[in-house]
Amino acid sequence: MIVSEGSPERLVEIRNVTVRAGGREILDHVDLSVSRGEIVTLIGLNGAGKSTLARVLLGLTAPDEGEVHRIPGLKIGYSPQHLQRDPALPISVRRFLNLDDRHHETALKQVLNDVGAAGILDTPLSDISGGELHRVLLARSLLRHPDLLVLDEPLAGVDVTSQSDLYRVIGDIRDRYHCGVLLVSHDLHVVMAATDRVVCLNHHVCCTGHPRSITSHPQFVSLFGKQVADVVAVYAHSHDHAHDAEGHPVPLDEAESRTRAANASGGD
Amino acid sequence: MEDFFLRALLGGAGVALIAGPVGCLVLWRRMVYFGAALAHSTLLGVALAFVLDINTTLGILAVCLCLGFALVALERQHLWPSDTVLGVLAHATLALGLLVIAFVKALRVDLMGYLFGDILAIGNADLIYIFALAVIGLAILAIVWRPLLSMTVDEELAAIEGVPVIRVHLVFVSLLAVLIAVAMKVVGMLLILALLIIPAATARRLSKSPEQMAIVAVVLGEISVILGLFGSLRWDLPSGPLIVVVAMGFFIAVLAASWIRSVSARTRRPESEIVSNP
Repeated sequence: MIVSEGSPERLVEIRNVTVRAGGREILDHVDLSVSRGEIVTLIGLNGAGKSTLARVLLGLTAPDEGEVHRIPGLKIGYSPQHLQRDPALPISVRRFLNLDDRHHETALKQVLNDVGAAGILDTPLSDISGGELHRVLLARSLLRHPDLLVLDEPLAGVDVTSQSDLYRVIGDIRDRYHCGVLLVSHDLHVVMAATDRVVCLNHHVCCTGHPRSITSHPQFVSLFGKQVADVVAVYAHSHDHAHDAEGHPVPLDEAESRTRAANASGGD
Repeated sequence: MEDFFLRALLGGAGVALIAGPVGCLVLWRRMVYFGAALAHSTLLGVALAFVLDINTTLGILAVCLCLGFALVALERQHLWPSDTVLGVLAHATLALGLLVIAFVKALRVDLMGYLFGDILAIGNADLIYIFALAVIGLAILAIVWRPLLSMTVDEELAAIEGVPVIRVHLVFVSLLAVLIAVAMKVVGMLLILALLIIPAATARRLSKSPEQMAIVAVVLGEISVILGLFGSLRWDLPSGPLIVVVAMGFFIAVLAASWIRSVSARTRRPESEIVSNP
């Protein structure tokens, strides 16, 4: 077990991981760790390797280089980005929640209540909305009493007010279940306020830091209201490098001169 | 009742018993074409069994299992889309089977019997095979049912939750291969898939849970076998095709019922609007 004195239990740690596919590096010497009670938000553009990194962490993809350490017996709750619902399979929300293990009726009702999706236990899984599905997937991962919760784009297709709602739910869950949370998001600037650490990925770790509260930002508050502003935060990227056309990191000044050159040649 | 007819009834009933739940899983796991590919390879099994001088069912079973595992391995490599791999191997093994039969001059194969089944020719040994398969198959299904359902909903989610997905998939593929090898006698290689999927497809519209769907599929399969067999005796028609046609009859009945329900729901709606707007 990787526990150093005084610091919280480090649930999972990825060191120097590289994953290649088709001759390209999807992940390039990436480090990432999640400790108990910590919320880590992984951000990056589409195709930056976020899902691959999550898959490495979950043990679904073996890295070509580097190490993955998990504490023994680590219980992972995973909420995937998509769930292909098959109309050929008649299955209710209740049955879906009971698939890996039978749970007590009160536990089922409690967890659906926790994620804000009460009263849909007997609805067919294929009939609930996309937002409800995210909540049901979250509920299912919680029923396992996970040490680590991995949520891949839990807010995809969810409107802003429901987003802040879900953020509040996730924050509550961290406190109540005392688990580590890895939240994958494609939103580069607005993250969950309760996030302890933001990791910005673009095949390699671009930057990492703490989000800044935007509660005080009057324009944001007037646009979305205090309710939303309380649970979201902005993340100011502090990059010491830029990317060329292939996505390789280049020093900032070099990138600037390249852009200028490109603009100059393109302008005439 | 004649002995051969009683054996046919028992054999058909035994096959329908296991075909119900397996057929549901074939539908849920999108393996209809996979099953069809296995069925196409059975002729090669018949030919090889004759060449190697072994039991025919054993020959079919060996070829079905080999092809099943080969298909799983090829699908996992993602060199071609899965339906391409299935299409290539299904027809290649069929052609190979026909060639081997043509080469072995002494082999007088009753091709029609293998293509469309010969349920009235079921012997006592076949009955033992069928009921051994039904009992052992149902026992295995009871063990892997829950993991299979988890994998059907989402394979990665199941893997993270500790389901050994590849092993469970191979168990199911083996069961499917054995079922096709043994059930070929009843409806033949061209119609075995029909016996698997038509009752299951009909059952889908009549069920609210996976288990309910499996049970309804078994009941529909049994009724189809019984009605088909008595019909073939009464009107002197080939029994395999008649069993499938009866199963199709239920499918059409359910389809018609759901049409009527949706039409009547549509015609009722304007009335209720009139009532609510005085």
